[in-house]
Amino acid sequence: MKKIDIKFILNGEPVELTVAPNHTALRVIREQLDLTGAKEGCGAGECGACTIIVDGLAVNSCLMLAPELDGKNVLTVEGLAHDGKLTDVQQAFIDHVALQCGYCTPGFIMSTTAFLEENKKPTREEIEIALSGNLCRCTGYKRIIEAVEDVVAKRGGK
Amino acid sequence: MTIDGKYTAIGKYLPRVDGVAKVTGAAKYAGDINMPRMLYADVVRSPYPHAKILKIDTSEAEKLPGVKNVITGDYYAKKGGLYLADKNFLAHKTAKYRGEAVVAVCAETPEIAHAACKLVKVDYEELPAVLGPLEAMKPDAPLVHPDLGSYRVVPIFHPVPGTNISHKHFLKKGDTEEAFKKCDKIVEHEYYVPHVQHCPIEPHTATVKFDASGNLTVWASCQSPYAVRNALSDSFDIPLNKIQIISEFVGGGFGAKAGTTIEGIIIPLAKMNVGRPVKFTYTREEEFRDAYVRQGMLARIKTGVRKDGKILAVENNFYWDGGAYNEYGVNIAKAAGFAGTGPYNIDNVTTNSYCLYTNHPVGGPYRGFGMCEIHFCIEQNLDVVANELGISPVEIRRINGLRPGDKTGMGEVMQVSGYQPCLETILKELKYDPTPRKVGDHKIRCMGIAAGWKSPSQPTDAGSSAIVRMNEDGTFFVHTSAEEIGQGSNTALTQIAAEVLNVNPDRITLKSGDTNMNPYEWQTVASRTTYCAGNAVKLAAEDLRNKIFNLAQMKLGYPARDMYLERDDENNCTWVVASKYHKDIRADIKTFSLGMPLEDGSGIGGPAIGVGTFTLPNNMAYNAADSQSEKGVAFWTIGVTGVEIEVDTETGHVKVLQMLSCFDPGKVINTELYAAQVEGGMIQSLGTALYEAMILKDGKLMNGSFLDYKIPTAYELPDRLESFVCEFAEETGPFGARGIGEPAMVPGAPAIANAIANAIGTRFDRMPITPDMVLEAINNKKS
Ligand code: FES
Ligand code: FES
Repeated sequence: MKKIDIKFILNGEPVELTVAPNHTALRVIREQLDLTGAKEGCGAGECGACTIIVDGLAVNSCLMLAPELDGKNVLTVEGLAHDGKLTDVQQAFIDHVALQCGYCTPGFIMSTTAFLEENKKPTREEIEIALSGNLCRCTGYKRIIEAVEDVVAKRGGK
Repeated sequence: MTIDGKYTAIGKYLPRVDGVAKVTGAAKYAGDINMPRMLYADVVRSPYPHAKILKIDTSEAEKLPGVKNVITGDYYAKKGGLYLADKNFLAHKTAKYRGEAVVAVCAETPEIAHAACKLVKVDYEELPAVLGPLEAMKPDAPLVHPDLGSYRVVPIFHPVPGTNISHKHFLKKGDTEEAFKKCDKIVEHEYYVPHVQHCPIEPHTATVKFDASGNLTVWASCQSPYAVRNALSDSFDIPLNKIQIISEFVGGGFGAKAGTTIEGIIIPLAKMNVGRPVKFTYTREEEFRDAYVRQGMLARIKTGVRKDGKILAVENNFYWDGGAYNEYGVNIAKAAGFAGTGPYNIDNVTTNSYCLYTNHPVGGPYRGFGMCEIHFCIEQNLDVVANELGISPVEIRRINGLRPGDKTGMGEVMQVSGYQPCLETILKELKYDPTPRKVGDHKIRCMGIAAGWKSPSQPTDAGSSAIVRMNEDGTFFVHTSAEEIGQGSNTALTQIAAEVLNVNPDRITLKSGDTNMNPYEWQTVASRTTYCAGNAVKLAAEDLRNKIFNLAQMKLGYPARDMYLERDDENNCTWVVASKYHKDIRADIKTFSLGMPLEDGSGIGGPAIGVGTFTLPNNMAYNAADSQSEKGVAFWTIGVTGVEIEVDTETGHVKVLQMLSCFDPGKVINTELYAAQVEGGMIQSLGTALYEAMILKDGKLMNGSFLDYKIPTAYELPDRLESFVCEFAEETGPFGARGIGEPAMVPGAPAIANAIANAIGTRFDRMPITPDMVLEAINNKKS
């Protein structure tokens, strides 16, 4: 299979890459760029562990082919904190113990980050629905929802 | 602890020490490893539940460019297993469940490995299959393991050669036969619990590599690195000093990653490719079927009661659908065997717990280790008995629930028991009322309660160890092999060390997950880590403290006897203080990090290291004839869950509105982590009560994906999910702590089942309780 050259912005920096056309964005980001924050939990769009933000939208990177990254602005969990300063979403997940094994956490944080751009004053039910594409087996979700509500409150949404 | 006896680190909230690593994507899981020249493995799986492997033709697969090796069960001929050596890592001669790996391939890319698998030709002769526990018990049932009599077995297990019984656990206390004669009422019921999946979000993965000197490195998503090391050593005859298991963070285990599964498959492949890492990761479908599953179970319970509600006798029969290999499952049958009464004071008990071979996916440990399954039956049964006597579910629990001084089914006297206080706490917090209330024209709300208990099921000599080192600046490393699987062990163990040394937890770094670098730990299972590894860390920190005091005697000129450590966050240090009478005679703890210089220029003491080793104190073997023992387990953790549910009588849909639990975990080490773990356990139990079951049709898994097998999502979060605590210290626990991880899940499912029965007047003897079942019951009632 002929490889394809792509260019995109990754966590604020330009990237040029040659990718196999049948590889997913998740695989390329994890294996070629060694950014392993995004995880594979199912490879089929069912768990959300692989969530990244592409042009402002949260996407399951296991369902996106690598060539589709071309020309896009891509954000992974590694691109959130700057100079050791966490984003409010990351900090809220720590403060609320909204994580246990942590395997689902990058996905939840990316989904939350994108969602709160879209909806600045969500209700609890809207948060629950927005995050119901991300599976977590450890936490029971309560603290995740509370972490998101806390971010909303602190940003002045409520 | 401060000089006036106050804890500085224990019983408080310390943010998770792995928090930053986990929210930034920096935390490394086994599957995150990328190495140059990596090879990828895949397997060919049996399409039959039970079949003889006649012939395997690998020639076409081998010809595919990029394929390195294609191997069969002959490379895995030595059987292994934790308690009963019945398993080969690849099927050898027969395949015993639908999906069992029969051929392993390794290739340059995962795609090539996958394509090669499709080119392998296997001729099978189908054998009659055993597809359920009762079927397995029949005298003329086909045998899943005809050679059972020749397997190595840990002597506390009793396989019955010539049958499908891999272990029969028998417990007898008092005389049930006589006691039943004196009962006013005898109630007999049957319950069924299906196979379910742990569903960690991280699928099993392993990468293994041999170097030229024969050293084997294994990066694995495993809960128990030392147990994996031992299993691989045994199966492939590699000395332990040549095997290193690395597993820094595990993306959820719940028992699924307690044993050795995926790692063993790729060892022979890596051996053929010295210097090249071989990686194998389960797909989600494989994770559903080919990791351990929670065994199915059928329970028959016979309960004899007096009019006043006192239970006089119980006879339990548990039949476990252990699947194709029971190397680990036998211990679940044992755990159920000795916990079969639930947390109740019953004088006459007979329990038979059978672990049975079937041609189903392989059963293994799952959070609760049999307790979730048996309590689904025990706790519903208790409500049924109460109902038949005309007393309330609360009353029957107040009468029979264990109190201190009562005796367990094993005959052990309970030194502490939080049962009654936990029950009262839940009744009060939930404002418990079991009368159904109509809401609108098609909704009914109702409440239900259930209790549960769990003890670690571990060998009585299971060991833990820890090392604490002080650096030159007064910071510390704690080394253990307790595995951080999400439960928060890194944080709790840090707090334990911080408490003993009176240092700010920020100054401690905990290291685990590498058998070459960190000392022995039996396994991270059984809700034993806070207790066992916690004791080891506490002993190591005390050892270090005593060594420091010993040196400080010389420096401060006062005896070690009166010394204490004082945390000083303002100056970012800890002081070694001479005594409470000489508070100003003190030295910074870091003074002793490399021993102590003496006046003549020589030195004494050397670098500061503390060592702690721990084995269960007085956890004695039980009597093989009747399972009686003065102290058969390390401890029991007891708790109660109460729920309020809403049934939609038009759709059959059940929504959990409130779910509250109260446990007695002894002294809580970290308040928020305790609560978080209990909440997680409750939601996992909610999943099993209402949604989860592996659908097995002729041995074939029909729903091996998150689309077809639903686990709870954020949308199902009850309006109120809350934990409470009654702390009765465990005498031998570190600072009085015992385990909570698994007990948290035990009473949830029966509490929901009891609430549904209270709401609609129909009791379901199996889970999950799905909308179609509820609707059918409602419609049957109407007609
Ligand atoms: S890995 Fe992409 S949704 Fe599960
Ligand atoms: S924290 Fe383990 S899956 Fe969410």
